[in-house]
Amino acid sequence: MSHSAKPGETYYAHQFEDAAQSHESITLGMWIFLITEVMFFGGLFAAYTIYRAQYSAAFDEGSHMLDITLGCFNTVVLILSSLTMALAVRCAQLGKMTGALFNMVLTLGLGTVFLGVKAVEYTAKFQHGLVPGPNFAPHGVHSFGLELYYSLYFALTGMHAVHMIIGAVILMVIIGLTAKGKINKTYNSPIEIFGLYWHFVDIVWIFLFPLLYLLGRH
Amino acid sequence: MSGHVVPLRIYFGIFAALMLLTAATVWAAFQDFGILNTVVALGIAILKATLVILYFMHVRYSSGLVRISAVIGFVFLVLLIGYVAADVASRGWMPAPAPIQSAPLH
Repeated sequence: MSHSAKPGETYYAHQFEDAAQSHESITLGMWIFLITEVMFFGGLFAAYTIYRAQYSAAFDEGSHMLDITLGCFNTVVLILSSLTMALAVRCAQLGKMTGALFNMVLTLGLGTVFLGVKAVEYTAKFQHGLVPGPNFAPHGVHSFGLELYYSLYFALTGMHAVHMIIGAVILMVIIGLTAKGKINKTYNSPIEIFGLYWHFVDIVWIFLFPLLYLLGRH
Repeated sequence: MSGHVVPLRIYFGIFAALMLLTAATVWAAFQDFGILNTVVALGIAILKATLVILYFMHVRYSSGLVRISAVIGFVFLVLLIGYVAADVASRGWMPAPAPIQSAPLH
């Protein structure tokens, strides 16, 4: 099957020449997946760009209805979780598995806080009748554009939240495997590769925050 | 080998820069720059994303192949949004051709 690492040697599967080549292939593979993710969110961002241009007054009104404090808080939480994830990867690279474990648990906690705040925001949207569909409350000149704005708001933040939930589940598995010692000093690539995914989800939010909450505020 | 180990001060420095840029983008949102508001907001977001990609995602320390892969996704994203926007913006520049009249059926 695969080489079991000799003491002090990094694990790599048998098809690779050495650990460096293995690391390169794994990183490249993850980036190819992330390209497909960029294009996936790209379609939604393209739709947002077109409708923002066509219904700019309605979109400005929509961004005024979002809670900028919660949006800001979540941005800080998510960037902080990216830092703890980066620190977890660093610990794993140095073979400090306890540090990696600690930072991954912090990352999971911060991710959960983000999702909790998102749930609070979604609840308010449901209560105020801002969910597109037959019960959409706003009437007036901008109601059609507003419904488009909220469709895109739920599509974009919803897909982002789905990525966070999937990320949190994978992170729990990785934390479990690290605690059991299945991921260890000689085999730590899952932590590094998961880090790439988590940072990507952070980048999506870095664009969502100004586009949905900030534009049209002045 | 498991990649380049980035010094701690770089991670904390990047985190501080990301926090400052977040504050800057919130401040800028309440100023009236006219059309430039969108440019400033997107510019700051692109700068933040670049910092995350280069340092948190280690692309600065990665091989050429990984770097090209990281860039190419965003190149195609620009193509996607650019061509869709160009299509929508240029509709109506030229009149649509008149529908083809079919010959009477007898």
